[in-house]
Amino acid sequence: MQKIRLMVFGALAVAAAGWLAAAPVLAAETASAKSAIGPVIKTYKGDKCVEPTEEMRRNHMKKILHQRDETMHKGIRTRKYSLKNCIDCHADPKTNSVLGENGFCESCHEYAAVSIDCFTCHSSSPEKNGQPPKAASTDPAGLMEKTISSAVMGTTNGNQP
Amino acid sequence: MSLSRREFIGIGGGAIAGITLAPGLRLVELARARSPEEAATQMQRWGLLIDIGRCQDCDVCVTACRTENGWYGHNRPATDPQWIRKVTLKDNQTGYVESLPVLCQHCEEPPCVDVCPTGASFKRADGIVLVDKHICIGCRYCMMACPYKARSFVHEDTINQKSYAPRGKGTVESCTLCVHRVDAGKIPACVEACTKDGNQAMVFGDLKDPNSGINKHLAAGPSTPLRPDLNLNTGVRYRGV
Repeated sequence: MQKIRLMVFGALAVAAAGWLAAAPVLAAETASAKSAIGPVIKTYKGDKCVEPTEEMRRNHMKKILHQRDETMHKGIRTRKYSLKNCIDCHADPKTNSVLGENGFCESCHEYAAVSIDCFTCHSSSPEKNGQPPKAASTDPAGLMEKTISSAVMGTTNGNQP
Repeated sequence: MSLSRREFIGIGGGAIAGITLAPGLRLVELARARSPEEAATQMQRWGLLIDIGRCQDCDVCVTACRTENGWYGHNRPATDPQWIRKVTLKDNQTGYVESLPVLCQHCEEPPCVDVCPTGASFKRADGIVLVDKHICIGCRYCMMACPYKARSFVHEDTINQKSYAPRGKGTVESCTLCVHRVDAGKIPACVEACTKDGNQAMVFGDLKDPNSGINKHLAAGPSTPLRPDLNLNTGVRYRGV
């Protein structure tokens, strides 16, 4: 009797483990189908990033910030940690941007609820042969609308007594 | 292989002639390219000489700057950005009219840097005056301090920025002397356009290099900064104002 009980319990445990293992995959699939939950992390160029993934996840902002000051104030224009380099590899060839629903930067930042300040000034599209990106004119991310609406909301809020 | 005495003298003479004739004849002194990891140093100071006598009634310099740096207006002259503009001067007594481009004069003692409360307005080691838009709060003190009205405020959201010339609403901007081009060993877009157009009214180069084209030109004739009374020692000088 005890053997049977054990077997049933074991089978249940295996089933539960299987379900648990499958659940994230299912969730991820539904997420990617809806593409609303969870970041879309894709690299479109090259095999690996300039640093290991874990390092970049935690510290990419520090590297860009350091590079930014070096370039702006000293004129040091190395490519490795430049924002340009990020965009060149991570921009989606379809939208030609790192922004947008499935954009490398925006999807993750939205997921983590951290606003990106870079692209109010910087272009979000790679520049090919020094020519301005084509898709940028169409503003694939709808960033303009967002910033305008938030700005308008900001001013109306500010004007309210 | 042996050279005869005559051949040797001939070659040497040719070489000497090449050395002495070549510098100074170049209108545009090409910047020596730094490697990307090398910082700009005080060994150089970039400057511009604008010969008004050669400056025609055109705006290729302005157009080239707009194309290069991706700035544009909204048909609102009072607030539209202008990194470089053509100014028309008229002598009321004689009626003589002349036109000249005015841009950031890249002063040695820039008033915009003096008044900036955040340190966003700064002068690079090689004399190029810039705005670090990351720390610019848009107070516009620098615009009021600048005697040349060289700076403008970005009032509108920006699109189509160039990767090397980011622009954003709420910050001040001005001529960067095409710093991204200078760092790559090229000359500013306005100078290139003016030279290509055949006017050759602009000479760009290193003011600290005694052999640079711009120094040869400066030594060869009169030139003056705008508002010399302010003693700002501008990097941009004019001939024939």
